[in-house]
Order: sequence, then C-alpha cells, then structure tokens
Amino acid sequence: MVDLKLPLESKPLQALVSEPVKPIIDTVVMSNAVHAYVSQSDKGELVIGAGTDAYVSYTQRGSHDVVEGTLKAILELYPIFSRMKMLRQWGGIVDICPDASPIISKTHIKGLYFNCGWGTGGFKATPGSGDLFAHTIANDEPHKLNADFNINRFVSGDLVDEHGAAAVAH
Amino acid sequence: MFLINCPYCGERDQSEFSAGGEAHIVRPKQPTELSDDQWAEFLFMRKNIKGVQFERWNHAHGCRKWFNMVRDTSNDKIHAVYKMGEKPPIK
Repeated sequence: MVDLKLPLESKPLQALVSEPVKPIIDTVVMSNAVHAYVSQSDKGELVIGAGTDAYVSYTQRGSHDVVEGTLKAILELYPIFSRMKMLRQWGGIVDICPDASPIISKTHIKGLYFNCGWGTGGFKATPGSGDLFAHTIANDEPHKLNADFNINRFVSGDLVDEHGAAAVAH
Repeated sequence: MFLINCPYCGERDQSEFSAGGEAHIVRPKQPTELSDDQWAEFLFMRKNIKGVQFERWNHAHGCRKWFNMVRDTSNDKIHAVYKMGEKPPIK
C-alpha cells in the first residue's frame, strides 16, 4: 500500500524446554563462543535455545539439526546435562536484516516508523529500543543511539558491522 | 526437517545442504551504471514469500554442486528440483 520494501527474511528460531530438575542455574547463561543460551524457569525446567534455520520458512517448527547443534553447544558448557530429557520444542518466526541488526527508524513516508528486523535479538533490548523508538517518533528524528539503525543504510551501504555480536543468541 | 532430492546424488537429509537464498536474481549487466537504490534492490531486497518460493541450494556435505529448488515455505514441501541453468519446471 505504501510501496516500501523491507530488507527482511523470515526464519524459524527454536527453543526447547527440559524436564524439571532441582535449582542449578540462577541466571541466564549464554555463550557467543559455542552459541547457545540456557536459563532455568521457576518450575525447574531448563529453557534452551540458539540460532535460526538458515533458510526462509514459516513452518514454526524448525529443523532437527539446529536442535542437535544447540544441545551440542549446551553440553560444551554443561556436560552434567547430558542425560537431561527434553520435554518440548517449538519454533517462532523471526525477521532478519541482511546485517543482522534491527531497523529502528523513520521512513521517507511521513508518520511511518519501523522497529523491526530484530532476528534472534530479543527481550533484553526491548526497554532500550522502545525508549529510542518513542524518541524517534516524538521528535521525528532518531536519537544518536539509534541513528545508525536507520532503514536507509541498505541503500547508503553504511551497514551496522555487529554481525559477530548480533547474529548469535542474546 | 525435510529430505532434498539432489539432482546429482538423489534423496538426502536437508542437513547435508546449505541454503543459498532466493533464486533467479540476475546480476546487473552494467554494474557501474546502477544507482544506490538499484544496488540495494539487487543485494538486499528479497521476496520473502510465505508460499511457493524459488531458491538456490548447495549440496555442501555431498557433491558440493549448486542447484535450484521450488519449496513451499509455509509447509517445507518441495515441489521441484532442477539444475542450474535449467528453466523452472513449474511456474
């Protein structure tokens, strides 16, 4: 309707949950080196996740080899979990930018703003990005912290060079 | 998770393959004459279809050859596989 293309692709991002066990982790542990994260819910389940499938899909299930890779990484961190049983697994669809950083930006259309393309980036960035997005809308100009996350960077070539930091679980 | 019928090796597990993204994106014949907008279109803008998509795959842990595939991204059902340079068998 507004004839605006977004440089996004949609891929399944998976998470899985183990059987409940006694308290063992009291924080969120994540590793960029082996690429996985794990935390423990109040019910005692381990909540585990990692990366997306490498191809566009809207199936909301994700592929088995990603689960294998995720659990392999978790066992690098915690060999003690090797006999844990996983109870359930699911996939959600995430929209990913070519440089794996989000778009928090005004557009050339008056009154149209975007906060999207977060990929595997998640809830920990929500309050900060929401604050910057509100600033962008209220002033019709980005805050200096999100100026680099403009939608025009895919035309100007001024991409956000944080792929190593942003393309993994966080 | 699905099986892919490699046109050179036959049916193998999807984990043997690398996804190469949308297929049939033609490289501009006169790159120096492109505007920044046209470059952005070529490099970054993809259809991202929910439905039947034409895409490139590479049998990375097999024959290492590239080929094209028609897959429905809403259910991962594969409709056709064909070699590079061949016309898509379906529209």
